[in-house]
Amino acid sequence: MDVKIKIDNLRVYFEKNEILKGIKINIAKNMITGFMGPAGSGKSTLISIINRMIDFEDNVKIEGRVLIDDINILDKEINPVSLRRRIGTVFAVPIPLQRSIFENIAYGPRLKGINDKIELFKIVSDSLKKAFLWDEVKDRLDMSATKLSGGQQQRLCLARTLVLKPEIILLDEPCSGLDPISTAKIEEALSELKKEYTIVLVSNNTKQIARISDYSAFFYLGELIEYGTTEKVFTNPSQKKTEDYISGKFG
Amino acid sequence: MVHMNRWVSIREKIVKNTLTVFALSSLLFLFLIFIFILIEGLPLFLKVGLKNIIFGFKWAPTKGYFGIFPMIISSFLVTFGALIIGAPLGLSCAIYLAEYSGKRLKMILKPALELLAGIPSVVYGFLGVIYIVPIVREYLGGSGFSLISTSIVLGIMILPTIISISFDSIMSVPRSYREGSYAMGATKWQTIFKVVLPAARSGILASFILGMGRAIGETMAVIMIAGNALKIPTNITDPLRTLTGNIALELAYATGDHRLGLFSTGIVLLIIIMALNYLANFGIKRRI
Amino acid sequence: MRINPKKVNKFIQIMLNVQAFFTVGILIVIVALILVKGIGNINLEFLFSFPEDMGRHGGIYPTIIGTIMLVILSILFATPLGVGTAIFLTEYTKETILTKIIRFGVESLAGIPSILYGLFGFIFFVIKLKMGWSILSGVLTIAIMILPTIIRTSEEAIKAVPKNFRIVSYSLGATKWETVIKVVLPSATPGILTGIMLSVGRAVGETAAVIFTMGSSLRLPTSIMDSGRTMAVHFYILAREGISMEKAYATALVLVLSILLINIVAYYTMNKVVSRFS
Repeated sequence: MDVKIKIDNLRVYFEKNEILKGIKINIAKNMITGFMGPAGSGKSTLISIINRMIDFEDNVKIEGRVLIDDINILDKEINPVSLRRRIGTVFAVPIPLQRSIFENIAYGPRLKGINDKIELFKIVSDSLKKAFLWDEVKDRLDMSATKLSGGQQQRLCLARTLVLKPEIILLDEPCSGLDPISTAKIEEALSELKKEYTIVLVSNNTKQIARISDYSAFFYLGELIEYGTTEKVFTNPSQKKTEDYISGKFG
Repeated sequence: MVHMNRWVSIREKIVKNTLTVFALSSLLFLFLIFIFILIEGLPLFLKVGLKNIIFGFKWAPTKGYFGIFPMIISSFLVTFGALIIGAPLGLSCAIYLAEYSGKRLKMILKPALELLAGIPSVVYGFLGVIYIVPIVREYLGGSGFSLISTSIVLGIMILPTIISISFDSIMSVPRSYREGSYAMGATKWQTIFKVVLPAARSGILASFILGMGRAIGETMAVIMIAGNALKIPTNITDPLRTLTGNIALELAYATGDHRLGLFSTGIVLLIIIMALNYLANFGIKRRI
Repeated sequence: MRINPKKVNKFIQIMLNVQAFFTVGILIVIVALILVKGIGNINLEFLFSFPEDMGRHGGIYPTIIGTIMLVILSILFATPLGVGTAIFLTEYTKETILTKIIRFGVESLAGIPSILYGLFGFIFFVIKLKMGWSILSGVLTIAIMILPTIIRTSEEAIKAVPKNFRIVSYSLGATKWETVIKVVLPSATPGILTGIMLSVGRAVGETAAVIFTMGSSLRLPTSIMDSGRTMAVHFYILAREGISMEKAYATALVLVLSILLINIVAYYTMNKVVSRFS
């Protein structure tokens, strides 16, 4: 396995509670890795460590290392703003900014100083195609993004991430509020995208993880209970807890 | 790639430092206002004596008399007068707006009442001189430039303050309080009087205190209507001079100790205002 | 005799109705009086000609210019300071002792009556800094006076911007300042404008703080070091010294109408903001 992210003995405390209890996991390059587990298992916290969005929370203490391409991103030397340009994030609720479809996607490139209209149009349309949204919006790129449907908004958020050409895409329960058709479209997009990107998908929907992820990790109360190829985890789990969770006995 | 463009991180630092300086500027201004009013006003307290200023009855600054006791009393008299007129009207208005008026009416009435606050005090003063002073002269006697005229005008001027803060505090009383009261068979008025108003009382009190703060600090309307006489009024139709009026009437031409005396007046006013604001904030913080 | 609670209820409701409409009636009467008495004396000549004989005849042109100069310059001075303070308080710090002290300072500034601003501006700008009775002295004094309004309304407007917008911006690799400039401020602009408009209204109607800093020269100001007279000061002098009741009403009408117009625009923008995020 070609490792992209190596998490080494990661402990996270929020006030006095230990949210992540010594997580060790290697995440493979150009694969989809699914994180599953019931609420409070720490999977979303792990995501916010990788993109350093945890910096905006108070009273957090972090121990351990998170290596991306062998560089520890928790190091003081690392600038979180530059890091986030390499790591795309899609949140549970689609959050379009109050501007047009085009400008939503162009937001990141403009930050990087790309203002040439032709170049912007090219990269915006490319990323909309990759997110399987292009055909639905190509005639109305000037429309306010808030007028799109929920499923379209979520794909817009995906396109907005892709346009930055990140190395890693983190998706934090991206389909939790979507109908099955929109969910299918996003899954289809992700399966295409893994050729170019390392994808981490957090989901409560074990069926979704089983459908599209290559590797699966099961978290429970801040611990990594089980990790392996999706086939192995779903057909022959080594832990009783994993089996119970997958079969829907709790969660 | 992991390290940010150096210029960007320098820019972020410059921005943060600039904003910090901006935020501290308010403190600087407050400090300057205090310091300069104190520097000008305090020496006279040392020279003439605290007692002779605060409790002195005679204001003749060119002859060395700096007594502002009548003005302190007058300031409080017009302020309480304003409160007697403004508080019941304002509170009724707030209750009406919060509990009785429909949504549409509320949408029109509330901004309309807040526009009252935007009318400049000179306009209130002018209309007071033209319409209220003659009525007082006609029906109550005296010159009309009086405690009662000033109180009426100030009472109207503090209405927006009282209405808007009382309204907010009445609106912030949880619905469940009202529902509980109705469930026990209380009428609307009983509910308001026994449940809503007691729950909102500290906010309502704060609105009165802030109204007082506005009244005691009011200047231009007051000097136009109050008559500005240098004695303690013994009757509601007597003229009077407030602390603010004293400053505004004489600042333009005062020099030497006379000017310092006006700053001493300013210090007394500042202390009263700060005390009222402190009280009001205390009330608002305790509001549910 | 037993009092019927239902009748009391009805009676109270009627009383409250009467009082509420009485209060609104006062506003209408004030505006109506000014309108009726002033409208006959207003024409373009009144607005654009110079006053003669202390304002007994002629127009109010220099006072309009004086008002506009005072208002625009003090807004230019106070807006960056106020909005900057609001951004600092909401985006750049957590609640600390420092922010508590700054908020206390802002609250205190808001509570100081205008005559004390006049007193301060007079001794500090006019006398100590030797700016004399000038537009500059007036502008600096008024800028400090309106600062709290701008800070408080801007802070409310910035706080109303959903937190998610910031999260998205950061996740796309924006810095704090980029997020503030490109996402937070554009969404907060209508609210900030409301604060500025309310401040404009206050500055236009201010007299006590202006008369002792800017003076009351009726000449057309040619530089910010000249003394000047605002409409409010002019109206005060006309009325107080009994120069001309007709001109006083006419000036009052221009004054009140411009303030009402400014405030109505301010409330209109504010309501748009409120409905925007709900």
